[in-house]
Parts: sequence; structure tokens; C-alpha cells
Amino acid sequence: MAALTTTLVDLAEKSVRDLNSALHQASSGTSWHVAHPDGAHNLAVGLTAELDVVIDGPAGYYCAGMNQRATVTVHGNAGTGVAENMMSGTVRVRGSASQSAGATAHGGLLVIEGNASARCGISMKGVDIVVGGDVGHMSAFMGQAGRLVVCGDAGDALGDSLYEARVYVQGRVKSLGADCVEKEMRAEHLAELAELLKSADRDDDPAAFRRYGSARKLYHFEVDNSAAY
Amino acid sequence: MCGIAGLQVRDPSLEPRLGELLTGMLHQAAERGPDSAGVALYGDARLTPPGHSAVSLLAPGDASAAEIAALVGGDTAAVTVSQSVVVHSPGLPVADLERAVRAAFPTAVVTGRGTDLAVLKGVGHPDALAEEFGLRAATGRQGIAHTRMATESAVTPEGAHPFSVDENVCLVHNGSFANHATIRRELRAEGVAFDSENDSEVGARFVAAQLAAGHDLEKALRLLCERFDGFYTLLVTTGDTFAVVRDAIACKPAIVAETDAWVAMASEYRYFAHLPGIESARIFEPEPAEVYTWQR
Repeated sequence: MAALTTTLVDLAEKSVRDLNSALHQASSGTSWHVAHPDGAHNLAVGLTAELDVVIDGPAGYYCAGMNQRATVTVHGNAGTGVAENMMSGTVRVRGSASQSAGATAHGGLLVIEGNASARCGISMKGVDIVVGGDVGHMSAFMGQAGRLVVCGDAGDALGDSLYEARVYVQGRVKSLGADCVEKEMRAEHLAELAELLKSADRDDDPAAFRRYGSARKLYHFEVDNSAAY
Repeated sequence: MCGIAGLQVRDPSLEPRLGELLTGMLHQAAERGPDSAGVALYGDARLTPPGHSAVSLLAPGDASAAEIAALVGGDTAAVTVSQSVVVHSPGLPVADLERAVRAAFPTAVVTGRGTDLAVLKGVGHPDALAEEFGLRAATGRQGIAHTRMATESAVTPEGAHPFSVDENVCLVHNGSFANHATIRRELRAEGVAFDSENDSEVGARFVAAQLAAGHDLEKALRLLCERFDGFYTLLVTTGDTFAVVRDAIACKPAIVAETDAWVAMASEYRYFAHLPGIESARIFEPEPAEVYTWQR
């Protein structure tokens, strides 16, 4: 959806509120360039149109939170909670992301080309997350639906209390959280993973990944499992 | 919440700009803690002339700097900065100067002591306090700053950070300790006196006790991790060391940026955005329960 013109919003001159207000009023198909973000919080949040937004530098907390339909690209690192509660659309971070990337997100695609910190995909509810590097501890914690792809290593307690999200890791997993187990990589999983990697513009070999998911022992309280919580 | 900012300068040509750079960091941290703020400056010759010992205290009443210096006696001088006073002496060892200050002002709260450390803190908006501190003009090798949103104790100058309870050692904390009352009781039983009901002061007193027992700062912080429950990101400095540690859950934010010219730590990236060379800095988030140290 290449737009004919790109509107520049320079945060050295305008406020984040000005930016978000302009984006909320913008029509689908328009293209936006955000200069001098300097790690400001809440950039491009709550978008509902098919916009193409490029943030030219590091973003602070909750960048592209609650996104619907828009494509947001951060040319830098992103702070805590990038694409939190995203519904649809695409968020791409060219650098690394801080904690809780894609938290509670229901849909869309979040690509982090660098590393993601702790609790990446916490309580994910349908989003697809592809991380080019490593993820921190307790990633996919309480994940309920969606797919988390980690091309690097995963930290401690991966998938703790996981429900139905699928987790693919290419590198080393430091430890698995309660009720998270390694699962067989069948043909349909290889196909699914290949599709996800492709959508993130990556050429990693799906066969090099391992799959993790829920053992489904924590769905209902059983006293025999109490030590696992 | 609370906001933490710290900068250790490696390139001496940046030393004249320490205060200016720290002011920018503190300004960004203000949103995380608007009720009080404080800074610790290492090597600011205005407050701690080279070769002098220095003691920082909360300003005792309305006495002028000259009156304070006269009361402490000897060849001391004093500088009043906002709600703090820094007393310095060319002749006395640090411990003797502290004794003289305490004898002159038995009820005053001593907030720092060392050979080149000044601690300034108070209640108020961080931007207003930075102005009162004259922070923009400060110089030196290392500085840390804290903006507080009080959760565990009252908003008082005593409860503001940094906490400096051992020579040249300073601690700032974002988070809350769950078992601070227990540890305070234990330390009190060992004879340790406290200046406030603040949970972070317990962390500082604990670190000081470990250092006094002969451990280095890295070991002291590892022991703190074993003993303290709760949420914490801590930045702890000595005359030449800059250390960062987070709890095992890593609930509270922390980010580190490093270049050949400086190392900086903050609660959020945007505190760094104005630092020289930030575009090419190595930036990372500290791992949970791991102690990071940088020596100057």
C-alpha cells in the first residue's frame, strides 16, 4: 500500500498527543513518518485505519498499543509493552524490545528483529510474535492463543502456565515453566512455522526449531499439581 | 514508580558536563516520581574541593552556611544547597568531620560522607529541585539521581533518595521491599541506627553492613538479593564503582547504555536520548538477579 505522499510529524516540534490525534483522524492508505521520537511513550497507539507509520528512532513504553490494521515500523529499540493488546495489523521493531512485548495481544503480527526482554508475549491471546534474537525470562507466560517464534535463545521459565499458545524456539531454552513441555514437530507445524518466518521476512530453517506447548495439567485445580503452580 | 538515573564519566573531557547531562536525565525521570528528588555527585569541586573530606546533611533550621561552619569549628567551610548543606574540611579525616558535625547539630540527619561525595535531596518537584541544586552547573566523575513516588513511607526529606550511609557509597531504589521491617529490626538489634522509616534505607544499611564486614560491593549486592523480598531495581555507587541489580522477577524497569566515554543507567531509554554518542551506544536491559558493576 505505497502511498503517494508521506506526512512528516516531527516530535521535536509536535507533542505525542498531536501525533496520535492526527493518526486517529487519518484515512486508510496514508503514510506517516515520525521524526525525533527519542524514546517517547505511547507513540502511535490506538490506530484503527490501514496506515503505514514509520517511527524513525527509539520508541518508549506502549508503542503501537491496541493497534488495529495499521503497519507500524520502529527504526530503533522499543520500550515496555510494545504492541500491547494489538488486535490486527503489523508492528515491526528493527531493534530490540523491552519487557512484555505483545502482552495480551489478540491478533496481528509483531516482529522484533533484535532481542526481546522478559515476559515477551505474556498472556498472548492470538497474536503472532516473531523474535529474531533472544527472549527474556517468563516469555509466553499464561499464553492463551497465538504463536511465539524465537529465532535465538529463550530465558528461564518459558511458557509458564501456558494454555494454548504455540511456542517455537531455534536456540537454547534455559528452562521451561510450570506445565510447559516440548512437543513433537509434525508436518503441519513445520508448514505453520515456515509461513510465520516468511511473514517476518526471515529465512531460518523451520527444521532447526523445537516446539513447546501446554501439558494441560493446570486447567483445573488438582491438589496433586499444587507443587507445580 | 520512582525514576532512577545515573552516569559514570570515563572520558575526562565530559566531566565539566556531568551536571548538564544529569539534569536532562533527572528531568525525564520526573514523571516517574514527582514528590521528591535527590542527587549524589562525585567530584563536584564546588561542593567537595579536592583533598577535602565532606559531610552532607539536611539543613538544620535557618542557620546560614557561615553559621553552620562556625558551629562545626576547625577550618571547615559549608555550602547550603536547597534543603541540604555540605560541610567540608581540608584537615579532618571523614569520620572526625562527621563527629564534629553531629556534635554541633545533634538532631541533624547526615545524608552522606566521603572524600568527594555530596548528597543533595529534598521534597518538591524534581525540576524545581534541580534548579535549586544548581545541578546544570555541577561537574564531576559520576552522578546519580532519583525521583520518588513514595509508597512505603512518608514524603519527607529524610525519605528522599539517595541513601548514603557509608563512606562514598550511595544507593537509589525503584520498587519496594516486602520484608524491610524484619531486616530493619535485625539491623537495629545489631546496633544500626536509622534516619527514616523508608524501606530503601534498609537496603542501604544492609549494603553498608556487608561492606563493613569486608565484602566487596558485588558480593554485598548478591547477599542483598538473597535476603530481600520484593521489587527492586537498585543503582549503587562507590567512589569508583557503578553497580546495578534487579530482583529475580525483574518487575521494575532498568536499562543500561555504554560507550567508551560513559556508562549510564536509567529506568527508561528516553533519559539517555540526549547523551553524546547515544546513537552508537551499547544498550541492554540487566538480567534479573544479576549484579553488574563498572569500575572507573
